[in-house]
Amino acid sequence: MAEVRTLILRAPGTNCDQETAFAFERAGAVVELAHVNQLVRRDKLISDYQILVVPGGFTYGDDISAGRILANELRLKLGEDIKRFVEGGGLILGICNGFQVLVKAGILLPSADGNPGLTLAGNDSNRFECRWVNLSVDRQSPCIFTKGISSLYLPVAHGEGKVMAEAETLGRLNVVLRYADEKGNTRAGYPQNPNGSADNIAGICDASGRIFALMPHPERFIRWTQHPRWSREKPREHGDGLAVFFNAVEWVRHS
Amino acid sequence: MFRVEVSVKSGLPDPRGEALQKDIRDLGVTTAERARVSDIYLLEGDLSQKELALICRELLADPVVEQYSIGETSLSVPTGAHAVEVAYNPGVMDPVEESVGKGILDLGVTTLKSVKTAKRYYLWGRLSAGDIELISNKLLVNSVIQHVVTGRERVSLPSAEYRFSREEVALLSLDDEGLTRLGREKLELNLKELKHIQRHFAGVGRNPTDVELETLAQTWSEHCKHKTFNSRIRLGEEVIDNLLRSTIMRVTEELDKPWCLSTFKDNSGVIDFDGRYALCFKVETHNHPSAIEPYGGASTGIGGVIRDPLGTGLGSKPIANTDVFCFAPPDFPHDKLPAGVLHPRRILKGVRAGVADYGNRMGIPTVNGAILFDERYLANPVVLCGTVGLMPKSAAQMGKQKAGDLVVVAGGRTGRDGIHGVTFASALLSGESEEVSASSVQIGNPITEKKLIDVLLVARDRGLYRRITDCGGGGLSSAVGEMAEETGVRVDLEKVPLKYSGLSYREIWLSESQERMLLAVPPASVEELISLFASEDVEATVIGEFTDDKRLKLFYQDNPVADLDMEFLHHGLPQMEREAVWQPAEHLEPDFAQPPDLSQDLKKILGSWNVCSKEWVIRQYDHEVQGGSALKPLVGINNDGPGDAAVVRPLLDSDMGVIIANGINPRYGDIDPYWMAASAVDEALRQVIAVGGSLKKVALLDNFNWGNPEKPDRLGGLVRAAQGCADVALAYGAPFISGKDSLYNEYETEKKSICIPPTLLISAMAVMDDVAKAVSMDAKKAGDLLYIVGATYNELGGSHYYAVHGAIGSRVPRVDAQRGKKLMDALSAAAEQSLVRAGHDLSEGGIGVAAAEMAFAGGLGMTLELAKAPLGEAISRSDSILFSESNTRFLVEVAPEDKGRFEEVMKGIELAAIGRVNSGDKLEVYGIKGEKVVSATLAELKEAWQRPLGW
Repeated sequence: MAEVRTLILRAPGTNCDQETAFAFERAGAVVELAHVNQLVRRDKLISDYQILVVPGGFTYGDDISAGRILANELRLKLGEDIKRFVEGGGLILGICNGFQVLVKAGILLPSADGNPGLTLAGNDSNRFECRWVNLSVDRQSPCIFTKGISSLYLPVAHGEGKVMAEAETLGRLNVVLRYADEKGNTRAGYPQNPNGSADNIAGICDASGRIFALMPHPERFIRWTQHPRWSREKPREHGDGLAVFFNAVEWVRHS
Repeated sequence: MFRVEVSVKSGLPDPRGEALQKDIRDLGVTTAERARVSDIYLLEGDLSQKELALICRELLADPVVEQYSIGETSLSVPTGAHAVEVAYNPGVMDPVEESVGKGILDLGVTTLKSVKTAKRYYLWGRLSAGDIELISNKLLVNSVIQHVVTGRERVSLPSAEYRFSREEVALLSLDDEGLTRLGREKLELNLKELKHIQRHFAGVGRNPTDVELETLAQTWSEHCKHKTFNSRIRLGEEVIDNLLRSTIMRVTEELDKPWCLSTFKDNSGVIDFDGRYALCFKVETHNHPSAIEPYGGASTGIGGVIRDPLGTGLGSKPIANTDVFCFAPPDFPHDKLPAGVLHPRRILKGVRAGVADYGNRMGIPTVNGAILFDERYLANPVVLCGTVGLMPKSAAQMGKQKAGDLVVVAGGRTGRDGIHGVTFASALLSGESEEVSASSVQIGNPITEKKLIDVLLVARDRGLYRRITDCGGGGLSSAVGEMAEETGVRVDLEKVPLKYSGLSYREIWLSESQERMLLAVPPASVEELISLFASEDVEATVIGEFTDDKRLKLFYQDNPVADLDMEFLHHGLPQMEREAVWQPAEHLEPDFAQPPDLSQDLKKILGSWNVCSKEWVIRQYDHEVQGGSALKPLVGINNDGPGDAAVVRPLLDSDMGVIIANGINPRYGDIDPYWMAASAVDEALRQVIAVGGSLKKVALLDNFNWGNPEKPDRLGGLVRAAQGCADVALAYGAPFISGKDSLYNEYETEKKSICIPPTLLISAMAVMDDVAKAVSMDAKKAGDLLYIVGATYNELGGSHYYAVHGAIGSRVPRVDAQRGKKLMDALSAAAEQSLVRAGHDLSEGGIGVAAAEMAFAGGLGMTLELAKAPLGEAISRSDSILFSESNTRFLVEVAPEDKGRFEEVMKGIELAAIGRVNSGDKLEVYGIKGEKVVSATLAELKEAWQRPLGW
């Protein structure tokens, strides 16, 4: 079987890299971790990989605003590499802080004037919130990561996850995931929608479906015993999150 | 200087402003209609307008939700608003400043010299000058680290020059009175100790330098040497030669467990995990700094304890944090607050934020903890932070450096942090540097520490250093002094990288700046190590060399400033002698008639500060990061029930887990610290068993927080507590692997001295073979049987039931560990055979609280009959059975089909099925005469439990 090479980007303050690597390995990928400095110095080349992941964490402390400094670094120092990677058919996944970075770097929603028209603002509660959420997958979405998935149950853990977008941007977003209640109602309010996101948006992708960014953490639900109620429910073989990684690896393998 | 103000676009909600408005309302100021918060960036440098616009547009302001304005001093205030601008004092560094500097450089702008941040608050409403001052003082400004900006802020520190001058202290000529004064005012050494030092230097034939004397004082401090615990104590007829050795450490020695890999010698205690990996655990206090500046104090507290596992053996990866806090009640009246004391609500919020911001940024899950309340913690909160680390077993032992190895300091730079006014060299300080040193309180920088951990673990695996330790309290003085004890060392202090100029050699040596580690590096590896660190922007600097002369030699620009004999430094401290007395407290058992309906009492206990839900705090900690969480702090059908202990899977591809639990109950200490300590051990172990663990491989930590041990009654209580926890731990077969004490937790007012309640935290860490065998506390299925395991005694002394009736009582819960061990082993075996559907340990509030929590966490009703409960002695009152806090008891749910097997496994243990789970929505309890004593819906019980801290 062909190797699916996955690069997990590290930067000062990245902290979900190990479990993200575990998730991709479980899904069958060959995983390498690289510090952003290594990419800038060209010690490692993004073009040697098929999947690029910006994992969760607090890059540069999330100082100024979440993901801002790493986003600028990627845009200014690695912009061309990433552009070529995307044009060459690579997959990009941004989780939590990675979502914030992909938006603010203009990778997810490129724009001529540098304003993506969307941001991830402070939660309505003004608090960091760690809790499990129900997610409903938009069936219209071209996202290759969520193919065949209709709902997910995953944890969020963030202080800045509220999707706010200019009206015109909001209208043309490729929404992949929406916060929902147990019944799949995507208009549910707090705490089902943990941050006050517009239209309950929890994850979006680009038009090609190959760049996907989400606030919840699929890498934190790979094994069944990571579920908050595993001790009272019927056991399942895998956690919900594994399918997201599996889809990515399989897509690369078959394309 | 340029001033940039970034604010939320008008018309959009400002969550920070809304939260502030809520805090203002909670303060009792009801006329604030609206609040908004802006970020201020003061930029110094030769920036063009174009560059400035670029910085604002692409770095400082979010294009979608924020707006910015640029000005020299744009201090305009919108009509109708009051504005308060708050900046950090000189020398206090906001970590954001470093990031802004990097961000600006990334934009290609190279002319920036310096950055400073501030916050600007706008308040609308009918607010008097007095209201504004109150809001500023209570919510916006902590004068220890901040000030209200009135004029023009200085962005960069004035560059102060330090001119070397070797400072000696005229010790040899001092008489007893002079020595006593020196000891009391500057060094915290007593006369006996100082005379010992004086004799030593008389022998050497010279006076000590300032750093020599302070190095001795620091090494011999209570903090480093645990003088009280090592002292010779006379308690009545009994003479205890060394309290620590004769109690806590004796347990470890006698049990002599082969899986204890390193105890009481390294920065944390280490046990074997699975034969390939080892686990280490340490809990530290950061009480005093948290009282003065809760956010900074608590963040540097957690930052410090994280470095303990990092500096254990050859270094471990932090995998879990645990926090236990003690505060005064959040509803303490503002007008009764002593001057200079922060309100407990503010301390709680600040400590929580400091721990969460640091722990979350470090990517370490906060999995377990407790918060306790008592008015005596008003001026002296207790803040305990713990960290568990994971390392390859081959890295578990402390390293050993060789002569010629280099001394390398890595991580953060050194400033005046933690250096208080103690100074012999004050004549040297210019007016400007005094202004700088006024701020010795530091705000932690978690990203500096995270970067350091990332590269250290790589360096460990490549074998680039021979030994590691952390720089904590005592700074380089402590770290270098301890590491070089058996070899000797030479340090050139001018080589230490500084945050700003002007530090004297003394300040460099004693600084407690955070986020620094110390390494012993073979010369052949030093280049690779430094370049590895540099590749991830971590600074590592050679500052000296280990020698073989067993001397501590310090130089500043080649001038010798210290030359101490290691033997004297580490073993010269004369043993302290202390007097202790112990008199049992005289509290009477209360005399009140049993209320016919105990539902109200139950709700009162559920709603008490200690028992109530801590969800508001827990959700603000990331307890899922690293993906290891197997039993979470919040469990049950709605993910909001109170889990007993955390279970973490440190290796994602393994089934093995580690259980982290704690036991603490200062209320019992008011009756007898011996039984308080015994109960704390029992509680920690009970939690391990409740979640399906066993006593096979469980290690303990002790953290004593006490009053002034020079007062014989305080010391008597401390001796009792140490004996209590040792006796019980020994009987349970649970060794202590590390510990810590924080004494002198007293606050002097004009009238009296307020001492904290005797506070002992026992933390437990247990290895579990299969996390899938873990048991959660939520009721699972209607029809299941409910067993009480363990006998109930008439033990309500210090109980929450007595507390809601305004009494303390005298019959404190005791522990029979012989019986307890049998019980715990049996219950553990039952869980191992998957015979336990749910288990909850009985502690504060006894059967009543445990049943209520188990029922509402599971969303299932329960019926219990107290007449069936196994009793250890005759008890004539239903309320006593329902709320007794006797130790070593559990409420356990068992499927009806497992009844036979469960009772067979539990043979010989006091237990009884006293009720059943049902599909209803009520908890119903029948008393000893068959009368209904509790009838309450799950909703009302849960509401009572969730309301108090539902902020």
